[in-house]
Amino acid sequence: MKLPSRLQGLLSLYTQQFKTTFASMVQYRASLVIWTISAILEPLVYLIVWSTAAKGPGGVQGYTAQDFAAYYIALMIVNQATYTWIMYEYEYRIRHGSLSFALLRPVHPIHADIADNLSSKLITLPLVLAVAAILALLFHPSANLQPWTVAAFIPALVLAFLLRFLIEWTLALAAFWTTRVSAINQVYFVLMLFFSGQIAPLALLPAWLQGIAAVLPFHWMVGFPVELLLGWLTPRQALEGMGAQAAWLAISLLLVRLVWRAGVRVYSAVGA
Amino acid sequence: MNLLRLMAVFFRVSVINEAAYRANFFVQLFQSVIELFTALAGLAVIFSYTHALGGWRPDEMLALVGVFFLVGGIISLIIQPGMSGLIDSVRDGTLDFTLTKPEDAQVLVSIQRVAVWSLIDLLLGLGVLGFALVRLGEKIGGWEAAAFAGTLIAGSFIVYSFWLILASLSFWFVRVENLLEIFRSMYEAGRWPISLYPGWLRFALTFVVPVAFATTIPAEALTGRLGVGTLLGSLAAALVLFMLARQILRLGLRHYSGASA
Repeated sequence: MKLPSRLQGLLSLYTQQFKTTFASMVQYRASLVIWTISAILEPLVYLIVWSTAAKGPGGVQGYTAQDFAAYYIALMIVNQATYTWIMYEYEYRIRHGSLSFALLRPVHPIHADIADNLSSKLITLPLVLAVAAILALLFHPSANLQPWTVAAFIPALVLAFLLRFLIEWTLALAAFWTTRVSAINQVYFVLMLFFSGQIAPLALLPAWLQGIAAVLPFHWMVGFPVELLLGWLTPRQALEGMGAQAAWLAISLLLVRLVWRAGVRVYSAVGA
Repeated sequence: MNLLRLMAVFFRVSVINEAAYRANFFVQLFQSVIELFTALAGLAVIFSYTHALGGWRPDEMLALVGVFFLVGGIISLIIQPGMSGLIDSVRDGTLDFTLTKPEDAQVLVSIQRVAVWSLIDLLLGLGVLGFALVRLGEKIGGWEAAAFAGTLIAGSFIVYSFWLILASLSFWFVRVENLLEIFRSMYEAGRWPISLYPGWLRFALTFVVPVAFATTIPAEALTGRLGVGTLLGSLAAALVLFMLARQILRLGLRHYSGASA
């Protein structure tokens, strides 16, 4: 009977954490809106660039301007659902020593961060959906939405969120060892840009890049749920994709544990 | 000239300060090169499927990327550090020390901090621009060169004045950094010619957040797309915005009572 009581503890932890972080996130609503604007602008720019490129007959490799509109509107939503800002925050926590307080609490600090992340997204969700609706009116997306793709999209999105959260949380822990995290973050963002499907749908990249992308986690965190939702994949490809997501999730769970343990060992609070 | 002498002094101080953190040079070099590589690879992907984007051919887009890096370098070299310095000093009350100095307050706040390593972005921008110019070849005559210089200077002044106006708002409001953040993300849209964008976005990028003046318009001048009207409009906008920014800063300084006193 040990597990149920532990689960119950986690559940009440999350409820409480939601209440407090929701209240504090509402205080930061102006910053949240500004973050959201930047998060919307990037896919919007690529939407416009690719739609322009696809204006001629035959589009780009058969992709029409409407396909790109659907792809980037869906990508905007998936990106908004899965993004984190944890790498900026950890550097600050470690440099200023505020991590010490989190370490004193009897639960793993990752839970508080997950609750933070989810509650901020709850606040910005109406804005993102409204923007998506407006963009849909402006750019006439066309997609092959089917009941099964919508149904399969939900678990794929949840897996994508968990995977991206764990990976970026692990990455943020680099701050335990170095203060120059900005260079590490930038390498990560470039990898995300190309391999996750932000700069272009993966199918438009050179074949060798697609091969690399298939074995890296990035595509499974953003591009895959988008393609799944839009009906670009066969049921078999969808299942394989979720398998890849699950495999990467297992790897990242292992990774986060190892890196966290090693990191806490080298951490000596500044100012303590 | 007094202004140049002051700039040289502040620049020297920044160099001396930064010399203690030489590793930052390599970090910045690394990051700038990655950013440039990303921009070029993005262009390569898109131009592998089309030979002109909204009428812009690859070499012309390359010139635009050069301008984007060049102006971005100017922003992060001097405009952004100075303006966030102004916001900080209004909040902390350290602006008092600046105001007691016997020089023009606007000059002092604008050049107080220089992010020396951002020169790398500026130089990379010039390099890309030079490469693009060689490829564009003889199409660039005296008119194009003059119009480019004029619009580039005007664009830089417009961006500077815009930041100064936003930063001056900190005399009345506490959290202004967020507004600067919006500019940074809107500036990213300036990587592409704004003629690609739908009307409402083009309007926003020209008149709400003046990104177009700093990137697209100088690149248009260089590629022979610029009419005399736009050139004059750009110069006039720079003049008007600069005078407006100066007035707003003055108003703010009159409103400022010093937090430390």
